[in-house]
Amino acid sequence: MNDSSQGCGSGCGCKGGGDRDDSLFSRRNLLKGGAMTLGAAAFAKALSPLAHWTREETSVEEFLQKHYRELTKIDLELVLKRLEKEARENYGAEVTISDHRPQKGVKFGYALNLSICIGCRRCAEACHHENNHDRATSNSYIRVLEMSKGSMDMEKGNVHYDHPVPHPDKFYMPVQCQQCDNPPCVDVCPVEATWKEEDGIVVVDYNWCIGCRYCEAACPYHARRFNWKKPVVPKDEINPNQSYLSNRIRPQGVMEKCTFCLHRTREGRMPACLEACPTGARVFGNLLDPDSEIRKVIDTKRVFVLKEELGTRPSFFYFFDE
Amino acid sequence: MTPPDAETPDAPHHDARFHATSYLRFLRLAFRLATEGSWLFYAWMFVLTCIALVGTHAWAVQVRDGMAVTAMTDHVSWGLYIANFTFIVGLAAGGVMMVIPAYIYHDRDMHDTVIVGELLAIASIVMCLLFVVVDLGRPDRFWHIMPFVGKFNWPISMLTWDVIVLNGYLLLNLHICGYLLYKRFLGEAPDKRWYVPFVFLSIAWAISIHTVTAFLYCGLGGRPFWNTALLAPRFLTSAFVAGPAFIVVVLQIIRRLTRIKVGEGSIRTLVGIMRITILINLVMLVSEIFTSFYTGGAHGVSAKYLFFGHHGHGALVPWMWTSVAFSVIAAVLLLRPKVHEHLWTLDIACVLAFAGIWIEKGMGLIIPGFIPSTLHEWVEYLPSATEWKITAGIWAGGLLIYTLLLKVAIPVFSGEAKRLPH
Repeated sequence: MNDSSQGCGSGCGCKGGGDRDDSLFSRRNLLKGGAMTLGAAAFAKALSPLAHWTREETSVEEFLQKHYRELTKIDLELVLKRLEKEARENYGAEVTISDHRPQKGVKFGYALNLSICIGCRRCAEACHHENNHDRATSNSYIRVLEMSKGSMDMEKGNVHYDHPVPHPDKFYMPVQCQQCDNPPCVDVCPVEATWKEEDGIVVVDYNWCIGCRYCEAACPYHARRFNWKKPVVPKDEINPNQSYLSNRIRPQGVMEKCTFCLHRTREGRMPACLEACPTGARVFGNLLDPDSEIRKVIDTKRVFVLKEELGTRPSFFYFFDE
Repeated sequence: MTPPDAETPDAPHHDARFHATSYLRFLRLAFRLATEGSWLFYAWMFVLTCIALVGTHAWAVQVRDGMAVTAMTDHVSWGLYIANFTFIVGLAAGGVMMVIPAYIYHDRDMHDTVIVGELLAIASIVMCLLFVVVDLGRPDRFWHIMPFVGKFNWPISMLTWDVIVLNGYLLLNLHICGYLLYKRFLGEAPDKRWYVPFVFLSIAWAISIHTVTAFLYCGLGGRPFWNTALLAPRFLTSAFVAGPAFIVVVLQIIRRLTRIKVGEGSIRTLVGIMRITILINLVMLVSEIFTSFYTGGAHGVSAKYLFFGHHGHGALVPWMWTSVAFSVIAAVLLLRPKVHEHLWTLDIACVLAFAGIWIEKGMGLIIPGFIPSTLHEWVEYLPSATEWKITAGIWAGGLLIYTLLLKVAIPVFSGEAKRLPH
């Protein structure tokens, strides 16, 4: 690695005198020290954008925050206060962030009547507003596929249709998180930032997720979204009724997903997508209640689930009326 | 207990005070060996540092502005970073193809040069870890993935297995190389009990790092392109092409630039290994292609996109055919009986094999897993400038580490550094 032939033979390039005679302040050592200082300074400069980000977007409290399920009551209260303050500082909005817990004896299920869905995408739009999605990307947890009659193959589906609906030769299939009973996204998460709650809803702790996007690769239903940048929502469009595990504005660099609007449904209300549906194609309710509407659908209709062969056991059902 | 001043080659017992001073001297020598060299060395380090600086800055901007600066989307949610990660795990595992001949078959030439492969494992694993870190949306939360400190979803998440095997492999190789070099520095024969068990463990461990990395992908039922039992064997086979290919080139560079003797036997053995693995890799490729295309249907869609494109979407087609051409040419060159007499063509074969597998196991494997998406949408991906900068930065950083490691190890290991006063 070097070409000095009269040196000490170590390949070190010295002139054979040995290091004992080498003063710490020899010309060579000074040069080396100078080069290293310069190099270190250059790396510090290269990393300078991080300084701004650390100042503006993170805090010591955020960095040290524990996993949602390990927070004590008092911890959680402080966290919620902090998040409300952040919403005020970052978005200028007065919001209430609550912590909605699952109710005993409830397991949520959703069913969608493909015979009457007209593909108007009002559900997707309602989701966009209810869940404080980034405006620029018009993000939503729901994608509506336009399918050709005569095939259930999603390969023949199209999400980018742009014509009056419903088209007579088509039917429409909205797809969102299927809240699987055997969710691959939960299995793959390396840090347990996503898990299934007692009422069947798969949630994400936005303050624990490291953003590796393994869950996004694992999900067979394209149900997960990543915050590629800090979401932009105008102040007066922000839905102020928020919950820690659902529709609060997500930080940059973390995963998010449909939560069956748990901030509504755990209070006994219906999901925003259901309320927006003009045809009544959506049926939501408690699977454990034998008199619920969702149970009536499952018991009397010929229902099916998406990609049943993958063994994910969805809590989201589709059916045809006629 | 032998007194500290009894520094003879046959004195294996020293007390802690002896090690405290002599280890410092060892580090001091290492520092000197690593920072002094020819102009060529300084120029090389300068260029690598500059590229690493560009990458570092690009990464800092990515953290600040979000990963929207990459070309990744919710459809193609892993890209160039994870592609390189996958390939380099193979490079790290490939070094074991020197360890096996050296320690199991007692190949003398290989025994003298095996450290080149072990140091490659160290540099590669560092690169792997960097590629994972730059792929994180929230690198500030890295501590969440640390066992005991954060919340470690072991054993269910394959990514936690990967954390364990990659860091374990790094520690194993650091121990083996560090121990052998320190002993050489002291001028003593290394104690077999302190490294041979670790060497054998590292052989099994090398297989595990690439198997676990394949399991990351092939365990996902929703991604038919990856969901094949052939993935792990294919990963290993291609690793045992790319690893030896890289080492053959490094050995020749070492032979030209230093006075250390690189035995012909090492290169012969490595080429012998590549001649077999490159063919098995091609057989596996053909086997995958046949299954995809003959069966057709949803399982074949991604492969069809990869090789032929789909209705105007064909970003990966030129990459993939380049990869196939490189692999086939490399195989032909390697199979010539007189390959050892034409070192230039051997070098070309190694470079082609290396580049071919970098494409095949990088972009060629990761991207089609996402195209079409799970709802069969067609969204393509080509890396952004930021991604290229960060990727180049990590490669430069890895080469920088590898150069420094070799710069210290070669004179110490060959005994050239012995005449230095310690």
